[in-house]
Amino acid sequence: MLKTFRIGGIHPKENKYSAGRTIQSIVIPDQVIIPLSQHIGAPCQPVVKKGDQVKVGTLIGKAVGFVSANIHSSVSGTVLKIDKAPDASGYKRDAVFIKVEGDEWEPFVDRSEAVVRECTLTPKEILDKIAAAGIVGMGGATFPTHVKLTPPPGMKAEVLIINGVECEPYLTSDHRLMMEKTDEILTGTTLIMKALNVHSAIIGIENNKRDAIAQFTRKSKEYAGITVQPLKVQYPQGGEKQLIDALTGRQVPSGALPISVGAVVQNVGSVFAIYEAVQKNKPLVERVVTVTGKEVKQPCNILSRVGIPLINLIDEAGGLPENTGKVISGGPMMGKALASIDIPVTKGTSGVLIIPTPEAKRKAMKDCIRCAKCVNVCPMGLNPTLLMNLTEYAVWDRAEKNGITDCIECGSCSYTCPADRPLLDYIRLGKGRVNAVIRARKN
Amino acid sequence: MSVLLTAVATLGIIGAGSSAILYLVSQKFKVEEDPRIQEVQDALPAANCGGCGFPGCASFAAACVKAETMDGLNCPVGGQVTMDQVAAILGRKASVAAKKVAVVRCSGTCDERPRLNLYDGASNCSVAAALYGGDTGCSFGCLGLGDCVDSCAFDAIHINPETLLPEVVEDKCTACGACVKACPKDIIELRNVGPKSRRIYVSCVNKDKGAVAKKACNVACIGCTKCQQVCPFEAITIDNNLAYIDDDKCRLCRKCVPVCPTNSILELNFPVKKEKPSAPRDEEATVTV
Amino acid sequence: MENKLIVSPSPHVHSGDTIQKNMYAVLIALLPAFLVALYVFRLEALMITVYAVFFCMGFEYLIVKYLLKKEPTILDGSAIITGVLLAFNVPSGLPIWILALGSLFAIGVVKLTFGGLGNNIFNPAIAGRIFLLISFPAQMTTWTAPVTAAATTDAISSATVLGVLKSAPGTMPPLMDMFLGTEPGSLGEMSVAALLLGLIYLLWKKVITWHIPLSILATVALFTGILYLFNPTPVYHPLVHLFSGGLMLGAVFMATDYVTSPMTRKGMLIYGVAIGFITVAIRLWGAYPEGVSFAILLMNAFTPLINNYTTPKRFGERVKHG
Repeated sequence: MLKTFRIGGIHPKENKYSAGRTIQSIVIPDQVIIPLSQHIGAPCQPVVKKGDQVKVGTLIGKAVGFVSANIHSSVSGTVLKIDKAPDASGYKRDAVFIKVEGDEWEPFVDRSEAVVRECTLTPKEILDKIAAAGIVGMGGATFPTHVKLTPPPGMKAEVLIINGVECEPYLTSDHRLMMEKTDEILTGTTLIMKALNVHSAIIGIENNKRDAIAQFTRKSKEYAGITVQPLKVQYPQGGEKQLIDALTGRQVPSGALPISVGAVVQNVGSVFAIYEAVQKNKPLVERVVTVTGKEVKQPCNILSRVGIPLINLIDEAGGLPENTGKVISGGPMMGKALASIDIPVTKGTSGVLIIPTPEAKRKAMKDCIRCAKCVNVCPMGLNPTLLMNLTEYAVWDRAEKNGITDCIECGSCSYTCPADRPLLDYIRLGKGRVNAVIRARKN
Repeated sequence: MSVLLTAVATLGIIGAGSSAILYLVSQKFKVEEDPRIQEVQDALPAANCGGCGFPGCASFAAACVKAETMDGLNCPVGGQVTMDQVAAILGRKASVAAKKVAVVRCSGTCDERPRLNLYDGASNCSVAAALYGGDTGCSFGCLGLGDCVDSCAFDAIHINPETLLPEVVEDKCTACGACVKACPKDIIELRNVGPKSRRIYVSCVNKDKGAVAKKACNVACIGCTKCQQVCPFEAITIDNNLAYIDDDKCRLCRKCVPVCPTNSILELNFPVKKEKPSAPRDEEATVTV
Repeated sequence: MENKLIVSPSPHVHSGDTIQKNMYAVLIALLPAFLVALYVFRLEALMITVYAVFFCMGFEYLIVKYLLKKEPTILDGSAIITGVLLAFNVPSGLPIWILALGSLFAIGVVKLTFGGLGNNIFNPAIAGRIFLLISFPAQMTTWTAPVTAAATTDAISSATVLGVLKSAPGTMPPLMDMFLGTEPGSLGEMSVAALLLGLIYLLWKKVITWHIPLSILATVALFTGILYLFNPTPVYHPLVHLFSGGLMLGAVFMATDYVTSPMTRKGMLIYGVAIGFITVAIRLWGAYPEGVSFAILLMNAFTPLINNYTTPKRFGERVKHG
């Protein structure tokens, strides 16, 4: 029986060209650029300087404050400099430039392949290891995981949800990870259950990954408390709030965190990273990146170190196609269009999507015809065309009342609009302004 | 005839009665307001633009009456003439505020600052600024999408279609500050109009290191400090690779303009300097190979 | 790389849906009704439809290009639909010059004066029809008799079912003929069956949702049904009301017009129920035999109010359920 979320949603073409391609490796280049901000929260403070020798796993950036995450070197070599470099944010931010020499790992990292299922650590020790390893949400949000796994006082986790949905079209990195690292992910799930002190976990997988559903359903029987739930193929099934609604029937109220309904959601990539951190002492230094697109010669899933420029991954997939219009970090619905492909892979880079020029240009926008298709597809039950209008006329109090801060920026509205209106562009702008107004009000 | 009399009498009595009631009510429930507030408000230009810092002319009038002195109160649209009138009504001395004008501190035209990518999002500077550093190598410069134009209530700023930069029409600009607030890159500044409309300013807000700035734009400020060294009035400060000329200290001597290696400092409305005859050295340098 | 990369905010894909596609889907949905009209009224049906579309597109082009000085977009389908619906709402024998006036009013006054597609408050076709009805009551109520296979005579004036019922509320009209489409009326109100086919097509193509048509029809059926229970005369029979007049055409094609109908589901239901009530009220107790046009026009005026006071169901209102 397929479950799904109850409000709105769309079904874009899936285009999972790379779904059958096993994860492959990539040659490490001569230089990597590791940004000091790859997560939500304060950027890291560098703890290395020019000339320092580093190995894979050496701490190079220290978390600043509670909502922040450590950053470790993904290569061995010498630190060249700490300077501003462009990254996926669209601006230049501080990064550590490292000249690569060899591939030496820190001795505390266990590089063996065997799956280790037993863990005798206490919940706090598990959380500390997760924090030390710099794990962040690998679905793309990059929220520091140890913060998410520490419920605020008064709230308790009741169910752990593992997000194996990967609802974005084109992307297949989570799918391949689920197929090739099944036991590791299941073990990681048990580790998180222990850290949160919950006894049940649900792994949600979209129904276009039948092989993963079958494999997980079979193997999860060996692990206590873990169930697998297939989900209807609908976007944004993988959105945190939508996933909780689909799997538990509970809807996170406006402005509240998922923990307020007892749910904690973790992406399968994050779970795998947690397994490696806790059982193998390996910090987060690499991740699977899907390189794909209609004209890409060899769409593939690459296990890439953080800091490798995207151009290297694109070359691995057959090179940049002739009529490339857009290069996107992430998926087509919520990914970020890049101004340059020299930027590096970071912890949140789930994919590189190349869109040919004819499909990349937007059509000219027309007046709203009030067809209400955007209202019908909004998964948060908002009225996008009204919110765009309120933003254009800067009516912030009405925008707030109509829930503009609830917008999860999924893009379903702009995707659907027959008048080609840039709904999400303005709603995002309005959301920022209203949040600023709310912050000012609290002070 | 009696019908006519009855009709006229009835309506007349109703009319008179209603007027009496209205008059009594208006007197009984009258809000006591300082009559000077209305007088001041009548002297104001009624543009309700917010340039004075108050939400509308009525609020400004009330604030003027309430305040002790005229310091800090200025209507940029009405200017000195209006403030003198207001001061006269209130029996105070008007403070003299320097007339200001909006100045766009970016000269990164399409020729000087090459476009590196194609922006295809909503035509709104705030949306673009939130997305990335812009379609050029300078992530501080003007995006050219016209938030400033949309915000101007006086039709005083327009985007030049060839350079893609905004240009201020000095005669119409009232220095109300709307465009300053609208620009997400803080490129527009209110500066003194200056004697004979002459002003000198650094037309750049790029804070990148010199080499990076120059690579992105030919006329960027590279923070070389030559202008600061040559200024006899200490009017120029350099902060984060960017020079800034202080309006109040600058005496318009023009010494900084020719020393700037990237021609980033602009001088407006000055007479053209006479060309010095070129030295023989220059003629030798133009020998063709 | 020679080409510059294109940068824009997400999302980077689009469903491909356009205004034009939706408009042309509506035209396809109107096709069955048009075919029935052709069969029943022959050449007259074709001529009046062609003329109406020609006038609507023509006026829109001229006004937008020369008066408003903007780029005309007559091929987006909305002018064509206004023309077709206007033609479907008038007697097939209407003099062409009156039709032209109606088109000018619909496009020029009701649509373009308010700002063009997306900004008009009233449905242009409905407003055009009512304008003609009030200005030319005689010509607008002279109905051509349907040309049956047997008869070959010219059109004779005859009254519609509702017209007959107004004067003789006791006679039961031929329901099957009304359903299939052989009773006198305007082009669009001919065949309920054909219009229902159109409804199914529109629902399948997701051009409209069921809320407005169903709420209108259900309200009419319920309201008249309750009255019929107390007084079982044909004038109150629910099926008579459902199958007659422009109700089906109005419920499926005119009340569901995007621009003039509410945007939220709750709003659409309120809108539909109100239209149903007003339609029946005018039919039974008003001076006109037909009430749908006026009901829709009246509710168009309420649409902005309905939009303001109804909101879609927000996520998070239901915290726990099972």
